[in-house]
Amino acid sequence: MWLRIYALLIKEFLNLLKDKKSRFVLIVPPIVQLFVFGYAATYDLNQVPIAVYNEDQGQASRELIARFTGAPAFKEVLRIERHAQIADALDSKQVLLVLHLGQHFSRDLLTGRQPAVAQLLLDGRDSNTAQIALGYAQSVISNFNFDWARQRHKTLPPAKLVVRAWFNPNLESRWFIVPGIVGLLTLVVTMIVTALSVAREREQGTFDQLLVTPLTPAEILLGKAVPGLLIGVLEASFSILMAVFWFRIPLLGSLAALYLGIVLYVFSVIGVGLMISSLSVTQQQGLLGGFLVIVPAVILSGYATPIANMPEWVQHLTLFNPLRYFLVIIRGVFLEGLGTGDLLDQYWPLAVIGLCCLICAGWLFRKRLY
Amino acid sequence: MKASRQRLAGLIRKEFLQVLRDPSSLAIAFVMPVFLLLLFGYGVSLDAKHVPVGLVVEHNSPESREFTAGFEHSEYFQTHYYHDMRTAQQALRAKQINAIVHLQADFDRQLSGGEPAAIQVILDGVDANNARLLNGYIQGVWQNWLNSRAERRGQRPSTAVQLQPRIWYNSALRSRNFLVPGLIAVIMTLIGALLTALVVAREWERGTLEALIATPVSVREILLGKLIPYYLLGMGGMLLAIAMAVWLFQVPLLGSLWVLLVCGSLFMLVALGMGLLISIAAKNQFVAGQIAIIVTFLPAFILSGFLFNIDSMPAAVQAFTYLVAARYFVAILQTVFLAGNIWAIIIPNALALLLMAMIFLGLALWRAPCRLE
Amino acid sequence: MKPAANAIDTTTALNFQDVGKSFLAGQRRISALQNVSLHLRGGVTALVGPDGAGKTTLLRLAAGLLLPDSGKVESFGLNTADDGDSLHTLSGYMPQRFGLYEDLSVLENLNLYADLHGMDRLERQQRFDELMRMTGLAKFTERLAGRLSGGMKQKLGLACTLVNRPRLLLLDEASVGVDPVSRRELWHIIETLVRDFAATVLLSTAYMDEAERCDHVILLDQGRILRQGSPAEFHALTAGRGFILSSPVLSNRIVQQRAVTLPGAIDAVVQGEAVRILLRPEAKPDWQACFSETDRLHSQAASPRLEDAFIMLLQAQRPLEKMPPPICVTALDNATPTCFANQPAIIEVDAVDRWFGEFQAVKKLSFRVCQGEIFGLLGANGAGKTTTFRMLCGLLPASNGKLSVAGVDLRRAAAKARSRLGYMSQKFSLYGQLSVRQNLEFFSHAYGLRNQHRRQRIAWALEQFDLQAFADVNSTDLALGYKQRLALACALMHEPAILFLDEPTSGIDPLARREFWTRINQLAGQGVTILVTTHFMEEAEYCDRLLIMREGDILAAGTPAEIKRLGIAADQAPADNMEEAFIRLVETGEAAPL
Repeated sequence: MWLRIYALLIKEFLNLLKDKKSRFVLIVPPIVQLFVFGYAATYDLNQVPIAVYNEDQGQASRELIARFTGAPAFKEVLRIERHAQIADALDSKQVLLVLHLGQHFSRDLLTGRQPAVAQLLLDGRDSNTAQIALGYAQSVISNFNFDWARQRHKTLPPAKLVVRAWFNPNLESRWFIVPGIVGLLTLVVTMIVTALSVAREREQGTFDQLLVTPLTPAEILLGKAVPGLLIGVLEASFSILMAVFWFRIPLLGSLAALYLGIVLYVFSVIGVGLMISSLSVTQQQGLLGGFLVIVPAVILSGYATPIANMPEWVQHLTLFNPLRYFLVIIRGVFLEGLGTGDLLDQYWPLAVIGLCCLICAGWLFRKRLY
Repeated sequence: MKASRQRLAGLIRKEFLQVLRDPSSLAIAFVMPVFLLLLFGYGVSLDAKHVPVGLVVEHNSPESREFTAGFEHSEYFQTHYYHDMRTAQQALRAKQINAIVHLQADFDRQLSGGEPAAIQVILDGVDANNARLLNGYIQGVWQNWLNSRAERRGQRPSTAVQLQPRIWYNSALRSRNFLVPGLIAVIMTLIGALLTALVVAREWERGTLEALIATPVSVREILLGKLIPYYLLGMGGMLLAIAMAVWLFQVPLLGSLWVLLVCGSLFMLVALGMGLLISIAAKNQFVAGQIAIIVTFLPAFILSGFLFNIDSMPAAVQAFTYLVAARYFVAILQTVFLAGNIWAIIIPNALALLLMAMIFLGLALWRAPCRLE
Repeated sequence: MKPAANAIDTTTALNFQDVGKSFLAGQRRISALQNVSLHLRGGVTALVGPDGAGKTTLLRLAAGLLLPDSGKVESFGLNTADDGDSLHTLSGYMPQRFGLYEDLSVLENLNLYADLHGMDRLERQQRFDELMRMTGLAKFTERLAGRLSGGMKQKLGLACTLVNRPRLLLLDEASVGVDPVSRRELWHIIETLVRDFAATVLLSTAYMDEAERCDHVILLDQGRILRQGSPAEFHALTAGRGFILSSPVLSNRIVQQRAVTLPGAIDAVVQGEAVRILLRPEAKPDWQACFSETDRLHSQAASPRLEDAFIMLLQAQRPLEKMPPPICVTALDNATPTCFANQPAIIEVDAVDRWFGEFQAVKKLSFRVCQGEIFGLLGANGAGKTTTFRMLCGLLPASNGKLSVAGVDLRRAAAKARSRLGYMSQKFSLYGQLSVRQNLEFFSHAYGLRNQHRRQRIAWALEQFDLQAFADVNSTDLALGYKQRLALACALMHEPAILFLDEPTSGIDPLARREFWTRINQLAGQGVTILVTTHFMEEAEYCDRLLIMREGDILAAGTPAEIKRLGIAADQAPADNMEEAFIRLVETGEAAPL
């Protein structure tokens, strides 16, 4: 029996890797995605274009403006002279925000009779970016206020916030996104390997050929699952190496906890993939089925947006999503330094999903043989 | 001319019948848009509400109650009280709360002292974006508390500069309002490029293209016979998506529909042109599908400004986004929906789309097989 | 859409002048056609030749789908390079697999082609009526093309091509995978066209008996025209070289095996109870070299046929290629039985039903196959033979009834039965990305062969099937004939007692088919039971017993000779070959009420 499975494995690997095109599909898109996602998929603001409309002539206004333009998040690209220009600049998306200091800004600031008003006009079309920019602006202003009060020996505010972020002190979203990519790429590659494997053999007619040999359906299924497992784990390992050595994401936790997670995760994805595979007759159906699973799995995983923000019923749906658990595992191990013991709650659902899907796939497989 | 019209009509009729009978085309054209819209509309939200926050108040006093009331009354937070830092930190590690706000035992004393009292805030930084938003919310509570405290005591607000944000176009900052219009571009890419690439490749595979070329049909007619049905299908998908956006997801449509339709047409032509080019290059459904997803779908997702801000990307990636047609269309969509007919955005982006459409369709016409080679 | 009348030369339908064509395959340029010249005016011309000879390229050049690299192609005086558009109104081209839109109905397909040819409504109605009458598709106008049987698809493909009454009709492998009845109907249509409309027809075919019916035959090999002429001219090449040998004491298979060893023998095939042998022109018919007096060999001159000339001309091109050496199946080397009635049944089918939903594909089927027999399963497309075949291999469970293969009930121990059977499907289902050796290794493992034995069998397969030179070539890159050899080798790795062959020779040229059957005969001679489905009626002659199915039922069963007699009885006229008998049986079966 082991000999037969060994032969199946050799065949699967040769079938996957010998052809230039399928090798390409397995290797190139994941690397490209890793880089594109790693660099492009970020919520951090970096050199975002802003405009300044300063009606005030005083020194204080220039000081505040210098704080804005000096922040790495912002870059001043436009100096506005007339009020009408504000609308133009925002409408045309030339700038994300306009900092407007009125005529009396310096006077109010110096007299201190009423707070000087710094008006911030934001383009809310991209609400997330607007919100983050607002946050940046708020911290610029409060720093300014604090320093101003200290320099002038004015009364300091009675309390200040001392903010520390655990696990990711500079709140770099890359630290969050890149470990997520590991899960994403592993999902896509494992899914392609398994979801199309049976359909491809059905289309080429080799499936019948397999079925007339003494191989049992369970052996064939195992022969399809193991290559997926190996390729998925390799893909994940490669992405992890890139995350650690190229993107410099700190890896604090234990590799054992990470790899236990990876194996269970790949196992559950294989279960889903083989289920699609046993359902689909043609490769196109397999591709479509894979797509219909991958897209919701990514969106409902907490990869890009927090699960907590979703409506309650959608949150319940995410419980069936393997990626959801894996993201907690990999981010926990990378950033929080968690160990095996801390992640038990994430491990068992993965194992259950994988086992259920695999049993289901085996049943469908037997049923759809004919 | 009449014969040519008849040939074209025949080809278009054939294409429509095929779409109607092929479940996978129908799925891509109609089920997928609805599915994606529902998924994104309900599943993707960057707006945090009722974020669990741990409050550690070591010494309960009127001052501290005044401060924590700000959290109680905000819809952004859901408060949990802890007696000591250790249990709160455990809760943070266990992901029960996303942040800790710590008022030390000598909070009251510090308040009256010369130096500002330190309110310690610990954020769970794993989800950096979420942490940043949360930080903003907490700052807001703190600012309000400072102002109202000063007011109650008849003092002047101690802040020298007060930030007065005005958010244009999407004042409630609903993320759905910017995701749903952007999604229309993704859906049209899917119908235009993926579906077209697959159906043309299918004709190669099944040998029907060979039979077509052997009739008096010209290449231009074959291409038009593919363009027109999928153009109509794509526009149908777009109208469906707009209807869902406006009525189901309550996204305001401030600009005019016809501007959307004109620009949508241009974008559809670009997508169709890409689909045709891919299928001419691939001649095989599997490869065509792979290329279409890698070349059109993923860039439309990531590099179009649909989810991620283009201005924050590294310069090299930014330069690359100029090649992504969806970038122009996403800008138009978000503007026309949320800001109205702003020609300064619409015209340059529409021109870019027009240019790309001409290039892609020209290339498709030029590279199209008038024979089998 | 009338092209300028003065440009058309109505007499010459097709003219090739020194045409050359090559393709780029990766880095290499492969020459598909070289110095081809031909001239067609009227009549039916057959294009024959081995796989990869350039038949499809030639037809595509004629249709203007490809342009020649050198020389020129003219049709009705119009050059395909300059007047492609007007040419397309004069000629009709049907590609392999018929070029139909499978998700469109019959009428919608016809309407599409009528639109493409710019026909108006009135003209269209008349033309459709005519075509429907001609093809007998009138009943099925609303049915989707994908739901039609192979034969009806072919007729619809032809009807679509004929919509504009082409004066030149180009058909590429129009009859592959189509049963004899449908093929005969196709020929009726073609002959009517030529007779009534003076159309010129050029078709490529793998069936020599089809070429036999044509006015002109072109034999292509490796991109060159080897010879062209009327069938009679081809017959003249081998006149007096063919003999029918039979012996009352030896089985036909032994006669054949000995006959191929005769000096100067080019070809020997089983034909019913006799063996047909073809000798080289210079060779003397010296039967004593291989047969003794006691064999009581009876010889008689055979009437010449096109296939003989085909084999002879091609063999002359490839002097090194010989008949394959005998296959040695170590496990089963008992003597050939001459009478199967006494042999134990190795396959038993007893009242087997198969339902697909409401549709009964196989109805209470019962038959038995004896050990060492070659058993043929025949029937028109959709007669239920594929279903039966799949049930026997264990790929499909029977709804009712008992099915035992190699003494094992398939319901209970399918895996056990499977280890004793070999299977080869019409698609030669191999792993295309794997090399020849890797395919062999995989299947030997899958059948549980080990160590020394496994290595031996792989070496055996490479040697027996002449695959050593290609051991490291990916199987997808093999020529069709070699793919077929490899598929057979894979099916034989574990020395099965029963071999299942599903249309093993469809699309294969006569030369490769010949070689294949020689091997099969040798296997049968060693006691391997063979169950085969086929559309080639001459192959039915190689079988010991046949079963003809129709609508899930047995239409006729017996030896080829008995089947031929049945054909006579049904029609009171002699059926001189299997095809004739088959068509008569099916036609009379159809006429009889169910």
